[in-house]
Amino acid sequence: MDTFTALAEPTRRNILEMLAANGNLSATDIYKKFKATPPAISQHLKVLREAKLVRVEKRAQQRIYFINPEPLHDLEKWVHQFAAYWEERYQALDKILEIEKEKEKNNG
Amino acid sequence: MANKTIVTAEPGKQELFITREFDAPRELVFKAHTDPSIYSQWVGPHGMEMTIEKWEMSDGGSYRYTHERDGHKYAFFGVTHEVHAPERIIGTFEFDGLPERGHVILGATNFEQLPDGRSRVVHQSVFRSVADRDGMVQSGMERGVSDGYEKLDDLLAKETAATVNA
Repeated sequence: MDTFTALAEPTRRNILEMLAANGNLSATDIYKKFKATPPAISQHLKVLREAKLVRVEKRAQQRIYFINPEPLHDLEKWVHQFAAYWEERYQALDKILEIEKEKEKNNG
Repeated sequence: MANKTIVTAEPGKQELFITREFDAPRELVFKAHTDPSIYSQWVGPHGMEMTIEKWEMSDGGSYRYTHERDGHKYAFFGVTHEVHAPERIIGTFEFDGLPERGHVILGATNFEQLPDGRSRVVHQSVFRSVADRDGMVQSGMERGVSDGYEKLDDLLAKETAATVNA
C-alpha cells in the first residue's frame, strides 16, 4: 500500500498526528483513544506499518509505536515535482505576458 | 523569482489547487488561457510540438489538442462549461491515452485582479476518485504527457530545489 492510500483514511491520519504529538505510544494507549474496537484500530496500524509510516518496538509485553517521517518526505517530493511542472509552464507564460503587455502598450 | 506556483493537495481528498500570481492584469492572463495562438505557446512541455485541433472557448464549447514528440502524440480534450471573461473558466479535462476512459477531471480556473497590475490564478481540479488525483500527482503529470522524457526529471528536481528553497 502506498503512502497516499494509507493517508487517505481519517483514523490513520489521527494516529499519525497523535504519534507526532507524543513521540511514541503503546498500542494499548492508541486503542484507548478511539471508539472503534481494538481489532479495527489494529488493522489501521497494520496499514501504517506496511506503508512504513510507523515503526514498532517491542518492550516487554508492550508494542510501542513511533512515527516514521520518510514516506511523508517522498509525498512532499511528488507534490513539489507536480508544482515544478506547473511552474515551468507558468514561467513560459510570464515571458509571453511581457510580450503581450508591450503589444498592448504600443497599440493603445 | 517572486511568483511561485503553490500546489495544495490534502490527503484523502479528490481535489487539488494550483495557485500562481502574475505580473500582468487578469484580462491579459485570461486572454492567455483562451486565445489559442497564445495558449499553445506556453502550455506544452519543452521540446514538444503543440497542435490545437479544436478550440471553442465559450459556454458549451469543446477543445482538443495534442503534444507531439519523436512521433508520439498525446491528446487532451474536454468541454467548456463556462467561459466568463475575465474571471472564470470551468470545464472538463481528459488525457486521451489512458488504458480506459472515465478518468475525467473537472477544472475551475479563477482569475483575480491584484493591486499594481498584478493578478492571481487559482486552479481547482476535482477528480473522480482520490486514487485518480494521487495518480496524477505521483506521475508529476509529465510522465503521462511524455513517456521516456527522463531528462525532465533531473530538470524538475533542480527546479523543485529552487522552488522549495526560494
